[in-house]
Formats: sequence, structure tokens, C-alpha cells
Amino acid sequence: MSLITPDFGLLFWMVVIFGVVFLILAKFGFPIITKAVRKRSDHIAESLRAAEEARLNLERFAEDQNRLVERARAERAEILKSATEERNALISKAHEEASAEAAKVLQAAREEIEAERQLAKRELKAEVSALSVAVAEKIVRKELEKNEEQKALLDKFVDEAVNGQVN
Amino acid sequence: MRRAFGIALALLAMLLPSPSMAAESGSAFNMTEFIFGHISDSYEWHITTVKGKEIAIPLPCIVIDGGLKVFSFHDREAAGYTLNDNGKLVNASTLERPLDISITKNVLGLIIDSVLLVVLILLCARWYRRHDPLKEAPSGLAGLLEPVIVMIEQDVIKDAVGPEYEKYSPYLLTAFFFILINNLMGILPVFPGGANITGNIAVTLVMALFTFFMVNLFGNKHYWKEILWPDVPVFLKAIPIMPVIEILGMFTKPFSLMIRLFANMLAGHIMLLSVIALIFLTASMGPVLNGSPSFVAVLFGIFLDCLELLVAFIQAYVFTMLSAVFIGLAHQKPETETN
Repeated sequence: MSLITPDFGLLFWMVVIFGVVFLILAKFGFPIITKAVRKRSDHIAESLRAAEEARLNLERFAEDQNRLVERARAERAEILKSATEERNALISKAHEEASAEAAKVLQAAREEIEAERQLAKRELKAEVSALSVAVAEKIVRKELEKNEEQKALLDKFVDEAVNGQVN
Repeated sequence: MRRAFGIALALLAMLLPSPSMAAESGSAFNMTEFIFGHISDSYEWHITTVKGKEIAIPLPCIVIDGGLKVFSFHDREAAGYTLNDNGKLVNASTLERPLDISITKNVLGLIIDSVLLVVLILLCARWYRRHDPLKEAPSGLAGLLEPVIVMIEQDVIKDAVGPEYEKYSPYLLTAFFFILINNLMGILPVFPGGANITGNIAVTLVMALFTFFMVNLFGNKHYWKEILWPDVPVFLKAIPIMPVIEILGMFTKPFSLMIRLFANMLAGHIMLLSVIALIFLTASMGPVLNGSPSFVAVLFGIFLDCLELLVAFIQAYVFTMLSAVFIGLAHQKPETETN
């Protein structure tokens, strides 16, 4: 049988056999295998993607957490600071109020003292004037006892004084 | 080196005490007959010759010659047929070739290899039917075949064919494994193997024709335009030089596929047989002259067998890759106008 002339019988059988093999394998063989393999590689790719996503999410979550902690810390510092300020303000206000109160009390005391002094002054004046009047009266009475005339004058004065008061 | 020399001497010494060996082989060794007997198709599957008695499996002859006739090769004389000078069946009375669709050695080899291939692939597919590939790693046959299938599909078919590769991958995978298993079985020296199947031009012709139809039946509009009215200056199309070249190209591509596989496998078989034939060729020259070539022939035969294993894979790979490239060329998207 010649080498380079294709033999009809073999050609015929080869077409039949290869055709049958092709039909069987193309229907029941390779598509099942390749589909399964493709499904798995898709699944792997999908899993990798999901893992990457989860990792990113976790990272984002950790970041969020860090930010929260940071914010809480900042808030705490803020609160502490404002509390200190408030305390200081309160203290200084109390100081002020106290000193104002003290000043007021001092003022009032001063005023009272002044008033007391004025009163005392006035009383002293009245006392002095009463004393001097009494002294003068005594002197005058002594003078008047000496002389009736003078007694008449005094009466006249008293009358005048009384009248003057009535008027 | 010294050890090799020592082994060679030992082999020679073993051969020395039997000077009658050459005489036993009898008549002169016919190298052409030896080689062609092995690489060509025949109506019986010759296995060996023991003490001048041939052991061969007679195969059924089927001829259509005024009706379908089926008979065993050994009974050809009784059925009225004889062999002509080319070793083909002819009608004994008219000496004309009937329509001969006998189950020859190559056909039987094809059937055996195909059954083997179908069983292997279906068993592999069964694994995927019975297991969840998302939960289990392939084991056994699936574990063996999956990497090969994935390599061919993803690295060869997908890259060469392009986005529509899924439609063609069953054909290309079938072609790859069909060629591979026939190549490998061809290397086996005894019965189920040993037939020179992929080194037969009829087989490679059919393979090439399948690729030809796969390429041309499903080629897109752009592919046909490139053949019949390519983007070249008009004078090359007015006298249809380019279309003629392109149409010729349609046929030379599968032709090259056919010749490449055929020639490579045939050459491999011939080389291997020639080296082995050295042993028989020198058998009549006495033990010393026979011994050293035998030793060399065995070493070289081992080397060639390893080489053939590689070639068996490479040729299947190349056939698949080129088929995929040709299919891919028939599915190119038109480029955006560059001129």
C-alpha cells in the first residue's frame, strides 16, 4: 500500500470513527469537564474577589474604629478642658462676688458708722446745747433772783416765746 | 565512559559463544520489506514470527463488488480475491480493485484507540458528574486529565481562537487527544499498539479536512471578505491575484497540517525501525560485528523512543494549536480602518 496515496477504506473508516468519537466526546465528554473546570475557576476568582472585598471592609471597619476612638479621645479632652475652664470661671466669679459682697458690707458698715457718728454728733450737740441752756438758765435764774425787774423781763420773754410758738 | 565500555565488552562476550546465531536467521534480511511492513497498512495484524511460523491476527475484509462481501483475510482465495503488487485486494478473475472498506490493521488500531480514548474521557467526565468540583479536588483519572485539558483549553485554544473559543474547544480537544492517543499507541511495539495510524496520510487527511470545515463553515463575513476582496490596491484584485492566493491559502493551511503530522510520525517510525533493523542487518556478519551495532542500536533505540514520546505530544499540540489559530483567523473582528 503506497505511502502517500490515501486509501479509500481507511479514509471511510477514519471519517466514521473520528466522527463518532467527536460526537460522543463533544456531547458527553469535554463540555462537562471544561464547564466544571470553568465553574471552579470562576468560583475561585469570585472567592478571591470576595476575600479581597472582605479584607477591604475589615480595613475600613478598623479605620472607622480608629476614627471613633480618636474622636472619643478628642471629645474627652474637650470636655475636660471645658470643665477646667468652667471651674476656673466659677471660682473667679465666686471670688468676684465675694469681694463685691465684702466691699458692699464694708460700704454698709462704713455708712452705718458715718450715720452713727452723725447721730452721736447731733446728740452731742443737743446735749451740749441743753447743758449750755441749763447752765445759762442757772446763771440767768441767779441773776433774776437778785432783782424783780429782771424777773418781770424774764416773764415777758417767756410769754413772747410762748406766743411766738403759738403763732 | 569506562563503565559503558565495560558493559559493551560484557555484551560482546555474551555473544561470542554462539557463532551459529547468524546462520539461524537464514536468508538475507530485507530492510525495505521490514520497514514498510511495519509502517504500512495491511489486512492482518502481524505480531511476530516464531520459528518461521507467522503469528498474525487475520482481519475481516469487506468489499463492495456487486454486493457487500465479508470474508476473513485468510479465506480471500475462497472468496475469489487476491492481492496485487501493492498488497491490495483485487478481484482474482478481473484483477480490478473493488470498493474496499476492509477493517485493516489501521482501522482496528483506530477503533481500539478510539474506544480507549472515549472510555478515558467519559470516565473523567463521570467524575465531574458525580462530584461537586467546587468542593472536591479532582482525583484519579480526572486529576490526571484535568491539567492537560485545562492547559490545552486555556493556553492554546482560548489564546488562539479568541472570545468564541467555547464553541470550538470540544472539537479541538477531541483532535488533540485523538492524535495524542494514536501517537502514543503507535510507539507501543506490540498488539494493541504499534499500528502506524497518525503516520498514515488517510488519517491525517481526515483530521485536516475536519479542521478545514471547522474553519470555513463557521468563518465570519470579515474572513470571506479578506479572501475574496482583501484590502489591497485594486489592480491586485482586478486581475484576481490576491483572491487566488487567498483561496489557495484556504487549502494550503489544512494541507500543511496533514503533511506535518503524517511526515513527523512516519519519520519517527522509520527512524526507530531503521535503528532496530541494524541488529538484524548485521546478524549475518558474525557476533562481533553484530554485537557492537546491537548495543548502539539498543541505546539509540531507547533515546529515539523517548524522543518519540516527546514528538507524540508535540505533534498533537502543534496540530491543535494551528487548527485553533486557523479558526481564530476566521473569526477576527475587522480592524478599524488603518489606511
